[in-house]
Amino acid sequence: MSFISYLVTGISLGSVYAIIALGYTMVYGIAKMLNFAHGDVIMVGSYVVFVAVSNMGVNPYVAILISMAVCTILGMTIEKVAYKPLRGTSPLAVLITAIGVSYLLQNLALLIFGADTKAFTSVVTLPNLVLFEGQLTISGVTIVTVVACIIIMVCLTLFVNKTKPGRAMIAVSEDKGAAELMGINVNGTIALTFAIGSALAAIAGVLLCSAYPALTPYTGSMPGIKAFVAAVFGGIGSIPGAMIGGIILGVIENLSKAYISSQMADAIVFAVLIVVLLVKPTGILGKNIQEKV
Amino acid sequence: MALLEVKNLGISFGGLRAVNAFDIKIEKGQLYGLIGPNGAGKTTIFNLLTGVYKPDEGSVILDGVNITGKKTIEINKAGIARTFQNIRLFKDMSVLDNVKVGLHNHHVYSTVEGIFRLPRYYKVEKEMNEKAMELLRVFELDKEADTLAANLPYGKQRKLEIARALATNPKLLLLDEPAAGMNPNETQELMKTIRFVRDHFDMTILLIEHDMKLVSGICEKLTVLNFGEVLCQGETKEVLNHPEVITAYLGE
Repeated sequence: MSFISYLVTGISLGSVYAIIALGYTMVYGIAKMLNFAHGDVIMVGSYVVFVAVSNMGVNPYVAILISMAVCTILGMTIEKVAYKPLRGTSPLAVLITAIGVSYLLQNLALLIFGADTKAFTSVVTLPNLVLFEGQLTISGVTIVTVVACIIIMVCLTLFVNKTKPGRAMIAVSEDKGAAELMGINVNGTIALTFAIGSALAAIAGVLLCSAYPALTPYTGSMPGIKAFVAAVFGGIGSIPGAMIGGIILGVIENLSKAYISSQMADAIVFAVLIVVLLVKPTGILGKNIQEKV
Repeated sequence: MALLEVKNLGISFGGLRAVNAFDIKIEKGQLYGLIGPNGAGKTTIFNLLTGVYKPDEGSVILDGVNITGKKTIEINKAGIARTFQNIRLFKDMSVLDNVKVGLHNHHVYSTVEGIFRLPRYYKVEKEMNEKAMELLRVFELDKEADTLAANLPYGKQRKLEIARALATNPKLLLLDEPAAGMNPNETQELMKTIRFVRDHFDMTILLIEHDMKLVSGICEKLTVLNFGEVLCQGETKEVLNHPEVITAYLGE
């Protein structure tokens, strides 16, 4: 029974990674850049919920909506101020800027909220699910996280494949120049991508802090990196890939913690990544692009 | 008044004068050819007309509106659409979706309506599907609507590119070497298609082409470009018999 319990917790942790990974994978797929500040947007979103609920007594669900709005604006602002002026320059310049934005957000949070750990009150009020006469307990947060992840994934897939803005996204990701010549607003489409990714980051932040209720300015950075790994693992640029990558990563991490060593868990996660990339460099669902000679 | 009137267009890349003092006047409904040896600056002119490059000097007037130096999207909205020398379809999208990307600006609903599937989403998507299928039927691509663009045979990819460009509802259609890589049979069919597009859509077409059979077969007027400058301009027959044109193509 304990195995199933670890597995379920792993899937739940993986679902959070998957939601974060979506932000990485969409931005990479469409703007062809790695937004390393994405993890810190999660942290900002969590602080917004924390301040709203604990200090101002706002209803938790309203707080989540506020947090999503703040993160959306933050994501679009970062894109407009820091990344857009660099579009068309070396990808390295954009990458370094992204790392800079990441540290900026962390240090701003440090300045405003201090370095001490805040106790995040879980916004999930669903009771625990007790199965098999008490042998298996699944927490309410776990259930909500997995369900939220599935809903987000389905909605996003439908949005990208079946709507006009979604088609514009695919068109921009395939050929920016041709899309622009067909009348697609490339800048607007990229901004929309950042907006969606950041709104999802806010949700991921709330779910993460509800499951692991210690909030510091560095809360977002490790899950951010792991979600990036998950995105690469699943095939960066692919939406279902982010889901699969995230969940596999979460399960591996949790099972390693349970059965091998909790200190070694991260090392094992990254070792698996290396092995997968050696065998399939484009990730699980990544496309093999063969250059025609 | 001419549909397209270009005066004294010029652009330099570093020290290279790619296009110099380029003039052209295209009447509505005309099938106009732009020819010249490789590297003469033909595609550069297309890029100048569509806003990919900003001209250093000169003016472009489309249907009475000055579009000089405007952004690509604005020019597309003003009414110029194009195809590419090397096909640039959205390969991982279906044939239908490629055309629907072209329809993007003519059918409007907001992102919020798209996310929550409000009634207008269904209404507009239905309109777009019907419009797109209508275009595909014209080009006999309706049976392949759900095929990925990458899986179409070459000739049909060319047709799809034209259909996608027409979906943006242009006044002027630019075709960049539409017959490149085609065998004589495919070229014959392409000539029919181009004529058909002109007649069926009442379209004005400017095309770049190396295939002289195609050029002499369908173009009513020609401009010959050499080293970025206009060498000769006029009725197709006269231009092709012009001694300077023959020299530029075949050498002394």
